[in-house]
Amino acid sequence: MASLWEYANPRKFIATSDLVLPWVGGLALICLVVGLVWGFFFTPEDYRQGASVKIIYLHVPAALMAINGWLMMLVASLIWLIRRHHVSALAARAAAPVGAVMTVIALVTGAFWGQPIWGTWWVWDPRLTSFLILLLFYLGYMALWAAIENDDTAADLTSVLCLVGSVFALLSRYAVLFWNQGLHQGASLSLDKKENVDNVFYLPLLVCIAGFVLLFLALVLLRTQTEIRARRMRALLARERMG
Amino acid sequence: MMPDLGKYAVEVLSSYGITMALLVVLVAASLLRARRMRHDLAAVEQRIRRNG
Repeated sequence: MASLWEYANPRKFIATSDLVLPWVGGLALICLVVGLVWGFFFTPEDYRQGASVKIIYLHVPAALMAINGWLMMLVASLIWLIRRHHVSALAARAAAPVGAVMTVIALVTGAFWGQPIWGTWWVWDPRLTSFLILLLFYLGYMALWAAIENDDTAADLTSVLCLVGSVFALLSRYAVLFWNQGLHQGASLSLDKKENVDNVFYLPLLVCIAGFVLLFLALVLLRTQTEIRARRMRALLARERMG
Repeated sequence: MMPDLGKYAVEVLSSYGITMALLVVLVAASLLRARRMRHDLAAVEQRIRRNG
């Protein structure tokens, strides 16, 4: 079996991701369409939350990808810091806008869900607040990449920022457990079946989560290819300028 | 066909509308930038090959 480090070679990464991308993208589209149509049209109302429960099919997968997107960036950043593989730094850079959009979706759908159920669009609850800080970290991370001309320096500094931001990514996941205050409930999904939402909501939710995960993966692969090409172009232009 | 969303119609439809819009913009921007970068890089590589 090929070593994982082979994909640190930009050419190998682009060739392999070119093969995988149509399948991942196609599967993402199928899962999203099936999951969202199933959840929106063919699930009943919740006995307490009424039809507002249909927001779960957007809110939970987006929140999950917002947190796990940052954790993926953390792994890629650590690989950059330890092994200096450019592709991993560029993959982290490529994932940031996708994770930021997922965070915005989680915050917006959360507000639309909170308004009728909690009676407020926003509250400075530990989970909501740490999620807002996570969004600010995403924006800061992208701004830092854009602000530094030298790619390696930018990768170093953004990797350190990513390590710091990971505290808030984890906090936004576990804040509900640390503090017994605030409005946000605990996990909707759990390995303990008793804690899970009912099967009638759970199954379409799983399909939606699969759709969001695959969409995230497809977008990160595509955007990493773009970042690799952008880096090569900058290097070629710099070499050309130097004669 | 359309489910009865009752008093939550605005919240549910807004959530779906905004999410779809954000995802479409994200996918479209990613595809457009990928295409532009592929094209620009090919042009630079060709120019460098031509000029030696």
